[in-house]
Parts: sequence; C-alpha cells; structure tokens
Amino acid sequence: MSSASASPTLDQLLAPYMGQGRTMLLPALHAVQQAQGHIGFEAATAIARALDVPVADVFGVVEFYALFSAEPRGQHTIRVCHGPVCRAHGADQVAQALSAHLGVAEGETTPDGQWTLERFPCLGLCEHAPAVLVDDRAVAPADPAHPEAVLHPTPEDEPKPVVGGSVRVLTAWEDPTQPRSLRAYRAAGGYRALEQNLPAEEIVARVKASGLFGRGGAAFPTGLKWQFAAQAPAQPKYVVVNADESEPGTFKDRALLEADPHAVLEGALLAARAIAAEKIYIYLRGEYGRAYRILQRALHEARDAGFVGPQAGVEVEIRRGAGAYVCGEETALFESIEGKRGFPRLKPPYPTTHGLFGRPTVINNVETLAAVPFIVREGPDAYRAWGTDESPGPKLFPVSGDVARPGVYEAPFGITLGELLELAGGPRGEVQAILLGGAAGFFVGPDALQVPLTLEDLRAAGLALGSAAVMVFNTQRDLRQVLLDVAHFFAEESCGKCYPCQLGTQRQYELLQRIFAGRAQPQDLALLDDVGWTMTDASLCGLGQTAANAVLSAKRLWPHLFEAGSEDA
Amino acid sequence: MADTVRLTIDGQEVTVPAGSTLLQAAQAAGREVPTLCYHEALTPPGLCRLCVVEVDGARTLQAACVTEARDGAVVHTRSPRVERARRTTLAMLASATNLDEAPQLQAYLQDYAADPAAFGPVARREYPLIDDNPMYVRDYSQCVLCWRCVQACATDAQYVFALTFAGRGFHTRISTAYGVSMPESPCVFCGQCVAVCPTGALKPRRTFLLEQGYTPEQLAHYAAVDHDAVHPPATHYAGQV
Repeated sequence: MSSASASPTLDQLLAPYMGQGRTMLLPALHAVQQAQGHIGFEAATAIARALDVPVADVFGVVEFYALFSAEPRGQHTIRVCHGPVCRAHGADQVAQALSAHLGVAEGETTPDGQWTLERFPCLGLCEHAPAVLVDDRAVAPADPAHPEAVLHPTPEDEPKPVVGGSVRVLTAWEDPTQPRSLRAYRAAGGYRALEQNLPAEEIVARVKASGLFGRGGAAFPTGLKWQFAAQAPAQPKYVVVNADESEPGTFKDRALLEADPHAVLEGALLAARAIAAEKIYIYLRGEYGRAYRILQRALHEARDAGFVGPQAGVEVEIRRGAGAYVCGEETALFESIEGKRGFPRLKPPYPTTHGLFGRPTVINNVETLAAVPFIVREGPDAYRAWGTDESPGPKLFPVSGDVARPGVYEAPFGITLGELLELAGGPRGEVQAILLGGAAGFFVGPDALQVPLTLEDLRAAGLALGSAAVMVFNTQRDLRQVLLDVAHFFAEESCGKCYPCQLGTQRQYELLQRIFAGRAQPQDLALLDDVGWTMTDASLCGLGQTAANAVLSAKRLWPHLFEAGSEDA
Repeated sequence: MADTVRLTIDGQEVTVPAGSTLLQAAQAAGREVPTLCYHEALTPPGLCRLCVVEVDGARTLQAACVTEARDGAVVHTRSPRVERARRTTLAMLASATNLDEAPQLQAYLQDYAADPAAFGPVARREYPLIDDNPMYVRDYSQCVLCWRCVQACATDAQYVFALTFAGRGFHTRISTAYGVSMPESPCVFCGQCVAVCPTGALKPRRTFLLEQGYTPEQLAHYAAVDHDAVHPPATHYAGQV
C-alpha cells in the first residue's frame, strides 16, 4: 500500500475506466477499494459519473460484495476463514490469536488504522486449513502460535496446490506448485488442438461425442450447450469462464488455474471458435490472488504467441469477483460482469440464447474447459477410455478434512469414495461423516465408501456429484458444529432476492442453533423440514435449491444429533 | 405456432392464448393463486415465490407469474408441496416483518394456516421510521422486499434511480445511496413507489399524520404556515450513515 502523499487521486484511479460504462463497475470499485481502503460517498459519486451509473446503484453494488466496503477499513484487511473445514481445524484459535495479538475484536480495526480483522465465510483453501487471507495473499495453514507471521505473508509462504491421483490427464504436469509455462504446455501438445483450425462444427461434434458434462455442479452436457449457442442467431456471442469457485470444500479450479492456466485458456479459445465468439471473459473468484497473478501472466504469454488478440480474432478479459458465493450461479455471474448486484435471473431464457449482455453465451466451469483441449486433440474415444458410458472421462476431486493428504485428486469416474480417500492417503482417524459434493451437497456415512462416483450411481443413491468436493470428518469432530458452519455459510451468502432462500437460510441457521443448544421448541424439527423443503422446492436459483441439502441429509442419517439431551453424539 | 394452448389446472382443462403465464391460465380456470411481488404494471421479478405451483414433470415448483403455460401441461395449484412452500414462506415472512398493514397478506396467512409465532424468538427486520420529507414516510419494518418501489423508481417507470438495496440476504433493505435523506437524493417525489407498495412501508405523510391523530384542519393550518411544523412526537428521525 502506498503512502498518503503518493496516493493516486480519484481521477487517476478512474482514468482507465472512464466512459466505458457500467460493465467496468467492479473493476473500478476494486481499484478504489484497494487504494483508499473503502468506497465512500465522494468516490462513489465520481465512479457514477465516470461510468454513467446511478450513484444509488454504485452503493447497492458496494453493499453486495464482501470485498467492498462503504465504511473505512484499515490499511490491511485480515480475513480468517470460517468454512466448515477450517473451523474443524482450528480457525477459532487462529482468530483468537490474531485478535489478542492486534488487540482488536473481530470486525474491528486497530487504533493506528493498520489492520482490520474479519471472519470470512470461506476462502477456498480447505486443503490447507486453517486459512487466512491478508489483503490478497493467502496464509495457510495459519499457525495460531505465531500470529505475527500470519500478518506478513511472502509469496513463498503462499499455499500451493497439492495434486495427486490415479490418472494424469487434466493434471499431466510435473510440478503443481509452479504454473506450467507456455513453452512447457506446448511441448506437451498444448495449443495443438487450437492450431488444427478445425471447423466449428467439428469441435462441437468432438465435444458432444466425448460425453463431457459440466463440472461446476449442474452436469449439463457441454457439447449440447455449445451447439445451442452456436445455433443462436444473435450477435455478438460470448464465452465466459466460470472461475468463481466459492463453495466450501471446493478448490479444484484453483489448482488448475494455478498449475496449468494455458489448458483453461485453450479450452476457452476452442469454445470461442466453436460458437464464433470474439470475446472471452474469465470471471475469477476475488479471493484467489495467486491464481489472478498467474492467469494474468499466462494471458500475456498467449497474447504474445498470437493465440489471443486482434490477429487471433478473439479477446480475453479477466474479471475479478468481489466476495459473493452466489456469483458462481451463471446468471448472477453475468449480472456481476454487467456491473450489478449478483442477483440470479429467472430462467428461461437460458444463457445460450440470452446470456451476458443478453447475448448468446457459453458459460463453462474451469475444469470443463480444461478437459476440452485433450478431447479435441486426441479425440472423443481417447477421452472415453476412462469412466463409464454416462460419466465418461477423468475427474478432479477436491478432498479435504480428515485425510492424510488433503488435495486435488484426479481419478476416472467410477472410482469409489473409499478408493478416492485412499488416493488422499486414507482417512485420518475413523470416518464419521463425509460431506459429498460441496457445502450444497449431501452428508453420507462410512457405509457409503463403496459408492462408485458417477452421475448414475450417485443419482441412484439419492446423492449428487455437485462440485465433486469430498469433506471428511472423523469421529473426533463435532458434526453439530459442522452443520452450524454450513448453515451459517448459506445465511451469509444468500443474495436476498427470493423469499425461500433469503428467509430460509436465516431461519435454518437459527433453528439449528436452538436445537443444538438444547433449547428446541416442540415444533422446531418439523419447522426445520418445512424450511429446508421450501428452499429446495421453491427457491429461484440452484444455490437456494441446494442450501438445505446438508442439513436435511444429516437429519435423515443421524436423527439423534437433533434430539434434545444427546450432547454426546 | 398455435394461437392457443390447452392445459390442465387442478383437473380442469383450460384453453388460453399462447404465451400466457401459468398465473393467467390459473385465473382463467377460476383458481386463485396468491401473489405478492407481482404487479401488472411492473416487470415481474418472480422472487416472492408465493405463486409457486406444481407442474407434472418439473423438478421444482414453478413461479406461476413468470412461467409460460405449455400445451398439455398438468398443473396443481394447491398440492401438498405447494401448500407447504406457501405456508412456510408466509410464516417466515411474517416472523421477520411487520405485516399489520398488509391485509392481503393477512388473508393469505389465514388461508394457509401459516403460524409465524411457531418460529419463536428469531431475528426480525426492525428499523426506525424515516420521516425526512414532506411527501411520504418510510417504515422499513413493514418492508417485504418485493422490489416494486425500486423498479418503479428505475426503468419500470420513472428513471430516477433514487433507490437501491443495502446489505444482502436476510439483512437486505431498501435504501438511498449511502442512506442520504430523500431530499438529498435524486427523488422527484412522484409518488410511484408509494402507489405500488403492497404494505404500510411507504405511506403518504398526510395519511401517516392523520393516523397519528392530527385532524385535517390542523394539517391544513400547519401546511399554510410551515409544513415542517408538523412533527408527530412519536416519530424517530433516522439520520442514516
């Protein structure tokens, strides 16, 4: 952070965005937030003028995103992750140590204006729990015995991806701790798929034949999505890379972005060619500072090599999110790029005809796109050598919690949950519960270790693949606390648009607090069901519809946890 | 494309113009479907979810106000799933917000046997009344976050953009930029927001003062002399931010 005398003026800060309209709102807010520590009325008014946005809307957007603040903050902001895995691995001790060291409570700023201490719903660093973010540098695991070290992270300290697995297709790199350079990527066959200059129809045909489906959670067939967007008559068209991975337990996309950014870029460039899009947006989770720096460098390399830019006929722009889980929902993400609060839109219409800026858009998860270069280069049959008919290919599984080596593991679809845990070094302690598919997924017990991880097997078992996250909790962990953390996450992250989620996430959290504290009222268990099913059945978007999965599944499996007077579960 | 579609609503066949919503189709079939955020003059945001209905083959319930009626659809407007969703949503809403001056919502609460008291002591959205201009008062403790005022102030009617949302999730509230008073905001006092408010959250100041016990004569007298003179003693002045 620069000293006061060298601080850029508002005019200087906003010069790069002047006259570019509302879509530049988040970039402008990031610039002001970083330089001034908050976005006050004067700055908001200047931004409103520069981008021709109502000042009320500027304020509304500032209020929506956790990384923006309308109130002054300290020079540096320390965010202590309170996701379920970090919480189970000492987040409270870290927060207490920092609080004692700085002499401030959570939510407060030190008297010298240097440090603001906050708890944060999730930082996406579950494999390195407990995690802390200092401005945009991560420290994980954070050591509560050395709070002063937590405050001054160096690039060397930053947590790097931990990667393993039984196959190496998406993870066919040598060192996950270093981003694979353009040269190394090309030496391994990278960008060859793009350089083949295949006709758009052929690219779509190969992706369709591969059976690739979306890796963000909804599992929609990728080739079909591309075909719809290719057939949509309106112009221009867009490709959007959904790199807003924000669900507790999910950190696979960060590993890909940090270790192999060119694979993601090439996949997006192939998508752009397939649908004749001239613009690609990469919407990256705001908390992913290291991934941002790596991605920027990779984009420079790709531009220098002629894969991106005017001569390539396609532009790529990286946009940073600003702390909102809901922006991983595809239509909320569009709203965010358009400079608005991240409210999900009604569907239909769907993104393939009415996406970003109302235009035909392909939006894909990072891992989905990273699989595309292999599919186009080697052919669909090569890809189908792994997995099952309905769930072909290799898959990344982020495994965290009580296993010997938390990390991202690549395995073919069909691997059982138990085999996957063995890839991660096996459980640490005795498995009590696994939260499968992310915080929006379902709890299972140790009896589910035999379940093959495929779409079809999970569906048959009443489960879902979701983001493929696997969070393991051993018998030492307090499952009630885990459930409270998950419920708190959704209450914090609900966008507030539709009533079932806006009200239900809050009531779900309050009911759980009451039930677990032994203060349940007679009707509370029935209410918990009503609230959960109402969110599941009636919420506007997929995030609200899954915000009760963990609680409802735990209640089915372990009813004793919810009964009064059974404190010893 | 055919000009009409035929579908079944609660066992009854209806034929409606193609492009109709399920809400319109249900009304054509004589079925009552509760609505709250829906207003015929505004873009339906589809967010209150009170109008949800069950459509055979659909995974989740569908908001009738924004779902197109499809040929051959089989729709249930009061199935057990629908009843549960409406009852729970209404009870949660009433447990968070003062609905005393929303008679339509009170009727819905009765109709669906929704019991907000069942939630016991939980967080409510309570805010001080804002009386910062001569035209209308704002009591956001009665606000149901239906978006109508924000929409009317913006591109659905006035293009004034005085209103937005502060906070997020349960703690979302309607606000001016940085909570400035209405006279400091771009508000032109057109009254559109007051006209579309479905609860007592936005109210003409005169109505409010009459409710407080002032007589029309008193108000006329004060208005002729100095409108600022009428400051009901019960009113909080919430200078925000």
